[in-house]
Amino acid sequence: MSGFTAVCKREFKGYFATPVAYVFLIIFLAAAGYLPFKDRFFDFRQADMRLFFKWLPVLYIFMVPSVAMRLWAEERRSGSIELLFTLPITVWQAVLGKFLAAWFFLAIALALTFPMPITVCYLGDPDMGQIITGYMGALLMAGAYLAVGCFFSALTRNQVISFILSVVACSVLYSIGLPSSIDALNTILPGQLVGAIEKLSFENHFESMQRGVIQLSDLGFFAVIISGWVWACTLILEERKAQ
Amino acid sequence: MIKVEDLRRSFGPIKAVDGISFEVEKGQVLGFLGPNGAGKSTAMKMLVCFLKPDSGTAKICGHDIIKDSIAVRRSLGYLAENAPAYGEMTVASFLTFVCDARGIAPAARKDAIERVINMCSIKNVYHQPIETLSKGYKRRVGLAQCLIHNPPVLILDEPTDGLDPNQKYEVRQLINSMAKDKCILISTHILDEVEAICTRSIIVNRGKIVADDTPAKLKEKHGGTFEEVFRKITR
Repeated sequence: MSGFTAVCKREFKGYFATPVAYVFLIIFLAAAGYLPFKDRFFDFRQADMRLFFKWLPVLYIFMVPSVAMRLWAEERRSGSIELLFTLPITVWQAVLGKFLAAWFFLAIALALTFPMPITVCYLGDPDMGQIITGYMGALLMAGAYLAVGCFFSALTRNQVISFILSVVACSVLYSIGLPSSIDALNTILPGQLVGAIEKLSFENHFESMQRGVIQLSDLGFFAVIISGWVWACTLILEERKAQ
Repeated sequence: MIKVEDLRRSFGPIKAVDGISFEVEKGQVLGFLGPNGAGKSTAMKMLVCFLKPDSGTAKICGHDIIKDSIAVRRSLGYLAENAPAYGEMTVASFLTFVCDARGIAPAARKDAIERVINMCSIKNVYHQPIETLSKGYKRRVGLAQCLIHNPPVLILDEPTDGLDPNQKYEVRQLINSMAKDKCILISTHILDEVEAICTRSIIVNRGKIVADDTPAKLKEKHGGTFEEVFRKITR
């Protein structure tokens, strides 16, 4: 257990030891604030955060891989992976420690969007349950994007390649649920297969949480996605840590 | 304390380590020598459980490197080639991280850190980020992290590489001072160093052990200086 805690603590502090955390937070908060207003937030005259949550998955496609790309690629590039895995730490402890540190960092970024719900509360009388489940969904979705990024970071020692692969994978996992993608897939694949693919979309499972509905199937989906990608990351590191 | 049994590892068609076996006891300082690409670092990486062997195994303090790798890593200190560390961390936070990872209790931590900063003479850079340190200091920080839990076995991959003559002398003194209580395996290219600190030397060439004796006996057997012996054996 000491290995897990040590890695988690080191990784979390590592974000703030370099300008990475501050650059990320400024860009994320600026974009998360700007996008709903660009979409005429005030013109809707509705006290809810629908527009904020609508843009979040798109923002995550670029922002979460930027947090995840350094997790393992940097360890490989600098050679510190050799130090890490010759300490009495299992690969599982190291992967989980890094993953949870990065997830906690993303949770802080999400929490810092608090002026948004405060503004909505000030202007009207929003459904707080809906806002809370929306944030829960956003956190789970961040975890899912992060798990994908963590896997691609373990594949390479080059952070740029890791970032690009993660962005592509996250874009696919987001967009397969969009109506335009479903229509396109329907023309080439059988309906049942398209239905199954549609269920893999992050967006579909996030959408019901935005509406204030917590379904076991959505929670299960994110749990399976996160643990699946984290497990794959562990396998990659077990096999290729020294390469 | 180190028992290596027919260790093998290939990378594609290249046999990096081709069936090496040896034993090292407490009180011995074993110089692990060989030309570049002979398989020294690969063998060391397998002993510290960073790289899996294709076949064969080794035991460190009775723990098998394949079946009980956590116990192996607990009982040894390893300084990798180039002494990798987390550059953005200060020496203080890096050593605290290593204490955390090794499960050194908070009560014992202060003493452990103080002991290694004095042993490795890094007190004056203690609060500096590692990336700002010279190569010599970085290597000494690497040495400090591998000594922090006072392990019975030390595996050091080129510990004096990049150090100036004074620093080399200090590290040799440090190794000599620990020699009788520990089992130490050192890989080096500096043959003078082997004669100065090693009680035994193993010469590896193309993944195989080609000589195993004390430096003095190897000189006696093959004639000439230790450097000439090395060249003759590894040609």
